[in-house]
Amino acid sequence: MASFKEFSESITKSQAWKSIFRHGAPNNARNRVLVVLMNVFLHLHPIRMKKSGVRMSFTWCMGGLTFFLFLVETVTGVLLMFYYRPTAEFAYMDIIALREHVPIGIMREVHRWGAHSMVITVWLHMFRVFLTGSYKPPREFNWGIGVILLVLTLLLSFTGYLLPWDQLAIWAITVGSNMARATPFLGHEGPGASFINTVMGFDVVHAGSDARFALLAGRLVGEATLLRFYVLHCIFIPLAASVLMAIHFWRVRKDGGISGPL
Amino acid sequence: MPTPKFPESENAITRRDFFNWVVVGWAGFAAAMGGFLTAVGRLFFPNITFEPPQQFKAGFPAEYAVNKVDERFKKRYGVWIVRNERGIFCLSTVCTHLGCTPNWLEGEAKFKCPCHGSGFYSTGINFEGPAPRPLERYKIGRSEDGQISIDKNVKYQFEKGQWNDPNSFLELA
Repeated sequence: MASFKEFSESITKSQAWKSIFRHGAPNNARNRVLVVLMNVFLHLHPIRMKKSGVRMSFTWCMGGLTFFLFLVETVTGVLLMFYYRPTAEFAYMDIIALREHVPIGIMREVHRWGAHSMVITVWLHMFRVFLTGSYKPPREFNWGIGVILLVLTLLLSFTGYLLPWDQLAIWAITVGSNMARATPFLGHEGPGASFINTVMGFDVVHAGSDARFALLAGRLVGEATLLRFYVLHCIFIPLAASVLMAIHFWRVRKDGGISGPL
Repeated sequence: MPTPKFPESENAITRRDFFNWVVVGWAGFAAAMGGFLTAVGRLFFPNITFEPPQQFKAGFPAEYAVNKVDERFKKRYGVWIVRNERGIFCLSTVCTHLGCTPNWLEGEAKFKCPCHGSGFYSTGINFEGPAPRPLERYKIGRSEDGQISIDKNVKYQFEKGQWNDPNSFLELA
C-alpha cells in the first residue's frame, strides 16, 4: 500500500496542481513573496502595512464592509434576476411572488437592506478617510475615484428603486428624475438650454430630446424606463463600479497602505 | 565602432513618414470612435415613443360646463380642462413642487397634491403647501372643425406673465 507521502506527492506533482500553483509551499522567503505575487486577489493587497493602520478604531473597517455589502448585493441580485421580469405586466407581481411563494424569497429584503447599509457604510468610509487625512497626497487620486464610486452607489440605489414598479417607485423616480431637467445645456429647464435653442434658431433641447428623456426613454416614467433602469442597475453600473473598485484597491496598495500617515 | 548598415529598399519608410502615418492612423481611429459614440448616444433617443401624442383635440366647448374642472383627459394626456365665464384653459397635472399629480377636490374646490400637500385654486394659482408657483397652462385653440385643440409642446407660466398670451386662454364670446 502506498504511503501518505506518496499519495500527497502524486497530487502536488500532478500537472493539474502545478498548473494552478506555480510555487512550492510558503516555507521560505522566496515562496512567501511568490504567494502574493502569483495571486490576483492577494496582489491587490498592500505588501506591508503599519499595525496601527489596520486598527478597528482607526479604519472602522468601513471600506471592507462596503466591499462586502457590494458582494452581498451582487449575489442576492443575481438570485433575484432568476425570478424578476422587467416589464410593466410582470414586474410588480414578480416582486410579490418573491415574498409570497419563493423559497428564501427574503433575498429581496436582504438586497434592499444591503443597499441601504451600503450607502451608510460608503458615507462612513468617506468620513473616516476625511478624519484620518487619508485623502492627502499621494492619495488624492484615489479620493477622486472614491467620489465617483459614491455617485455610482447612489445611482445603483436610484435605479433599483424603480424596479418594484409600485406607486412609491414610480413617483420617486418621477420626482427624482426631475433633477435631470435642470442639467446644464442638456436639460430643457437647465441653464444654457435656451441659449442653445436661440443660437440654433429652433428648439434643439426640449422635453423630448433632453437628458431626462434619455434617462426615462420618454417624457414620463413608463415601461421603457423600467427596462432602461433594469439594464443600468444590473449590468452597466455594477460593471463600471467593479472596474473602479479594482483601481481603488490597487491604488490603496500603491499609495502606501490602508490609512494613516505615511 | 562602425554604424550598422540596414538594407535599403525602394519603398523604405523614413522615421518622419512613420510618425505621420501614426498620426493619420490615430486621427482615423479617434474619428471612428467619435462617430460610433455619437451613434450610440442617438440610440438612447428612439424615433417612436409609445406615449400619448403631445397635440390632441378635446371636443367642443359646449361639452364643458361653466365653472367646472373637467378630468376626462387627466389620465391619458395629463391635463385638466377648466371653463369659467369667459372661456376655457388647459392646466398641466404636474405639481410645480416636485412633479407629482394633484387631485381635484370638488367639495373644497381645489387641486390638492397627495405628495406634500400643495394646494391650487381651479385657476391653477397656488395658495398652500410647498409649491413655489402656479400650475402651468398649455396652448389652447380651435381647430378647423370647431373642436378645442391642445398643444402640450407649448406651455405658459403665470410667474412669467405668459397667461396674458392669447394662446393660453380660449376666449368664448
